[in-house]
Amino acid sequence: MKRTELIVYFLIVAFLLAAYFFFPKPLNFSAAVSIIIVIIMALAFILVFVRTIQGHFIGRRMVFVFVGVALLLPFFMQFKLPLQISPEVRSAYDALVNLPPGSRVLASYDYDPPSAPELQPMADAFIKYCFDHDLKVIIMGLWPQGPQQANLSIEAAFRENPPLRNNIKYGVDYVNLGFQSGNEFVILRMGESFKAMFPTDLYNTPYDSIPLLKNIRNYSNVDMSFNFSAGRPGAVEWVQVAVDRYGLRIASCNTAVQAPQVYPYLESGQLLGLLGGMSGAAEFEDLTGKAGKASTYILSQSFAHVVVILFIIIGNVAFFREKRTKVD
Amino acid sequence: MRREIPLAITFIVGVSYIIAYFIPREPFSNFENWFNDWYAIVASFAIWLGALNLMKMSSLKIIRGKADVFHSVLIIISFLLILGIGFYEGFRGINATPSFSFRDPGTGFDWLYVNIYTPLSATMFALLAFFVASASYRAFRARNFEATLLLLAGFFVMLGRVPVGDLVTGWLPPEYQLSQWANWIMNVLNTAGQRAIMIGIALGLVSTSLRIILGLERAYLGGD
Repeated sequence: MKRTELIVYFLIVAFLLAAYFFFPKPLNFSAAVSIIIVIIMALAFILVFVRTIQGHFIGRRMVFVFVGVALLLPFFMQFKLPLQISPEVRSAYDALVNLPPGSRVLASYDYDPPSAPELQPMADAFIKYCFDHDLKVIIMGLWPQGPQQANLSIEAAFRENPPLRNNIKYGVDYVNLGFQSGNEFVILRMGESFKAMFPTDLYNTPYDSIPLLKNIRNYSNVDMSFNFSAGRPGAVEWVQVAVDRYGLRIASCNTAVQAPQVYPYLESGQLLGLLGGMSGAAEFEDLTGKAGKASTYILSQSFAHVVVILFIIIGNVAFFREKRTKVD
Repeated sequence: MRREIPLAITFIVGVSYIIAYFIPREPFSNFENWFNDWYAIVASFAIWLGALNLMKMSSLKIIRGKADVFHSVLIIISFLLILGIGFYEGFRGINATPSFSFRDPGTGFDWLYVNIYTPLSATMFALLAFFVASASYRAFRARNFEATLLLLAGFFVMLGRVPVGDLVTGWLPPEYQLSQWANWIMNVLNTAGQRAIMIGIALGLVSTSLRIILGLERAYLGGD
């Protein structure tokens, strides 16, 4: 590692520590400061554009700085962008809204922390909605970290609305069955018997002694399912096994990378709805009426997308200019 | 016998699953349930096998003093730390009244998970955004017709999937705004392409599965 790099890292850490101690409350820029920052960034891009068409490509570290600034700044800005609700998010929400109180919803948490920035806001909004509308949630995970991510959602719901901690009872209003290994074979076996795959819950309580699970034998005893999926096993396996074979009604929540793979199932009616990536999460939060992390993150993502697109445009302008020069 | 027994197991299990799918009645459904249970048990052991293999490889690297010794030491320490705390909390939770899970909020395992594992793994994934931007600037060029199509699709979906897209095209009627373009690309063009890929994969899977069940494809048995 070079000495200059070490100094830069040291300065970043020192700056972050100073910021942590000097700004105990969240820092919010005023509208004027936000506009000035956006104008400075735009000017910087013009400079990059000019340098690039002159044949001087900026280094990758400078690109990283642009992306980093674009991702970070929105956290300190106060404006909100209007969201257009996409049909697939609307249909997932409608499917949930149409469930009468007391309905039983199976929630499979099939992801781990790397995908949590996209999927956790969806899971949080889902759990909050279910607790607020008396929907009974049966949690499970085909990924080892899934049930713990579910615990984080539950904890977030309790933190936001403290009375829920007393009103919502474990085993009556929700249950966490934990993780089971076996990928799609677990889904297949659950079509016959949930108990066969989850003889106890996360706390070693026998399946039969959990009140919520009294009359639940297989998929025919749940009203709907929500799947939070970051890959395999996930949404595709749930559709191929539980939907096609056992007729489970399911809505899927996917990372932006995985969402394109499940669109065919949406078109064919095998999925009730789809929440794809951060935009899906933000739209879902908007529909449930409780702005969460996704409503903030989507602003960062917007800025980052704009930065990437600007870099693509600048790179291509330079490319065509160079091509024309060669032809001349 | 080292080859015949696995081939026989594969044939019996494969055929049982096919029959059980088309005739979901006893006794075929029972066979399918047994095999599903066995698979879950074998998969659980495979997790331990993977973990122990990681320990073995890391230990060997340390013993042989290879270049990545520091990383191997870190792997072993992290593994033992998480394992130790997990077992300790699990044991404490089972004996407590009311009982709790080692993964519950407030446990040492949960602290490590929330404060170390989660930010580290999320950071690794987030680095993608930076590399994508750098690669787009240097290499994403409209060199030919296909690349131009990809570039245009990327442009519309990237802008249409975030609210700033509709902000830019807010002056247009709602049905012509960028989010609608992105929806159309995802629902029509993407779906058509994905279906073609899925049908191709499914046909390949069926033929490969049949070859494995019938013993024609034996590569999975390994070399002699």
